[in-house]
Amino acid sequence: MNVSRIKRPLAGIVDVVVIGAGHSGLAMSHALSSRSIEHVVLERGEVANSWRAERWDSLRLLTPNWMSRLPGYRYRGDDPDGYMTVGEVVEFIGGYARHFAAPVVTQTTVTRVEPASDGYRVETNRGDWLCRALVLATGAFNVPVVPKVAEGVPGGVAQVTAQDYRNPAQLEEGGVLVVGASATGLQLAQEIHGSGRPVTLAVGEHVRMPRSYRGRDVQWWMLETGVLDQRIQDVDDPVRARRVPSPQLVGTPERATLDLNALKAQGIDLVGRLAGIRDGHAQFSGSLRNVCALADLKMNRLLKLFDEWAERTGTDTGIGPAERYPDTDVGAPPSLGVKLGRDVRTVVWATGYRPDYSWLDVPVLDRRGSLRHDRGIVDAPGLYVLGLPYLRRRKSSFIHGAEDDVAELSAHLVAYLDRAARPRVAGMTGRG
Amino acid sequence: MEMQEKMAANGVNVEALLGARQALTEAPEAARFKWRATSEWVNGTHSRATVHGFFGLGGEQQHRQAFTFDTDHPEVFAAEDNGATPVEMILVGLAGCLGAGIASVAQNRNIQLRSVKATLEAGMDLQGILGIDDAVRNGFDGIKVHYEIDADATEEEIAALVAQSQKRSAVFDILTNPTDVMVTTRKS
Repeated sequence: MNVSRIKRPLAGIVDVVVIGAGHSGLAMSHALSSRSIEHVVLERGEVANSWRAERWDSLRLLTPNWMSRLPGYRYRGDDPDGYMTVGEVVEFIGGYARHFAAPVVTQTTVTRVEPASDGYRVETNRGDWLCRALVLATGAFNVPVVPKVAEGVPGGVAQVTAQDYRNPAQLEEGGVLVVGASATGLQLAQEIHGSGRPVTLAVGEHVRMPRSYRGRDVQWWMLETGVLDQRIQDVDDPVRARRVPSPQLVGTPERATLDLNALKAQGIDLVGRLAGIRDGHAQFSGSLRNVCALADLKMNRLLKLFDEWAERTGTDTGIGPAERYPDTDVGAPPSLGVKLGRDVRTVVWATGYRPDYSWLDVPVLDRRGSLRHDRGIVDAPGLYVLGLPYLRRRKSSFIHGAEDDVAELSAHLVAYLDRAARPRVAGMTGRG
Repeated sequence: MEMQEKMAANGVNVEALLGARQALTEAPEAARFKWRATSEWVNGTHSRATVHGFFGLGGEQQHRQAFTFDTDHPEVFAAEDNGATPVEMILVGLAGCLGAGIASVAQNRNIQLRSVKATLEAGMDLQGILGIDDAVRNGFDGIKVHYEIDADATEEEIAALVAQSQKRSAVFDILTNPTDVMVTTRKS
């Protein structure tokens, strides 16, 4: 062991360290508190930090307020069908931390984690913590993913990621290329176009969904039909399921559906996936029609599943008649290229995020840098992860999804602590 | 043997394909293939290409036999028409690739195919290759593919088969996305 590291000041010794005071980390803290397990929640900034510092101004949750609940805590406002603004999410999660006096240590950045003799050493900018079990609740949206083709963007063209984007006023006047057709890409495209900057939206594979269906929020259908409770072990292709982009949704007071047809009607230019940039020319894939056809087919399958469920369960009160929506109409053959610089002054990358584990000095990453884990139980003793997309269930990364995952993973964690604490029988060296 | 549901027979070994997918996930090097062709000019606009060997699964592989393809241009181009035009060969490749995909996806989804017929059409303005107008590209200005499919499936399931086969098609990708092409020469 490095000598200088031994001399590092110790902040404390606890059974469990939870890294990250977002909704997942706090839900775990709640579970540990209710079992009287000594722990701290380390937070690099303030509670709900990424909501405070890394989201655009107009963002609202994609789930209605009535769905927002955490273990022992729920939305109690007067607008159950509304969608929380970023400020309201910060207040909701902050209220949760206060509600059970979560042991959060703020302004504490974890700089390194390494295995220690009986657990882990968690190094921070404010002293180190020793713990027997460690929960990673740093989320899935740490670092914006920008595709390699970005290297070809000419010097004079500005580039902004969804993490840095706040509102259209920060962008130069002139055309904007938004890359990515998830909820983020569509929301930013619409907002930027509304500011008078002509927008081209590069569309790869995406997930289309109406905001409400048969008079109910689509998330109500997803929840009631059990879709959100689908378990990762029941999915045909778990790797793919975890990579599916967020559905094209927006939370607005008007409950408007945000889809490519709506954007096209507003005057946004739809093009295929950004395939390359050559000599300052962005090249778009000729696959736009097919990715739209795939999304239309998948949406219709989902709606059919809803209809069949309603019929099977005899649910007919409070819902309207079955609906179908026009297929995505890309119109005239889409443009296959655009000159960056003249027609496009800014490229907005809405191409997703990845978790950052650069500080995790424990051999649990695969060759692609992803965490090796089985539904949150990481491939190292006493190490857990929470809040990743489809970690255990489709809803795992949702606020309301934390409850079931935390119940199961905290039970596993407590059993691990109990096992590890059991006095060893003479002659046995294993941990049983 | 208990048969709850009759298995579709489309002549595709899906088990082998799924096995290969699993094996190549674990051995990414074996997934790296090199496809090859040789070609020799015959006369005029007539060339003859041969495919036989390729590289994959970590070693040299061979087709069951060498296949040759003549390409030429039709008589309206003042040529001898000894074979398909090279641009028609592109359509042949696209049809072959999508067809293979449709059969594989159908098999995987247990859909019995009875007939799969494709019609392909590509527009091209000769002012491009003849250098009459620089604004006109040499290649296709678009490709239209139409499928007539008879299968034990709904209209929607058939649309999904065709959409999924495009998503997984190499030739569809080659045609819809830019590809770096390097051509070198040597005097022999």
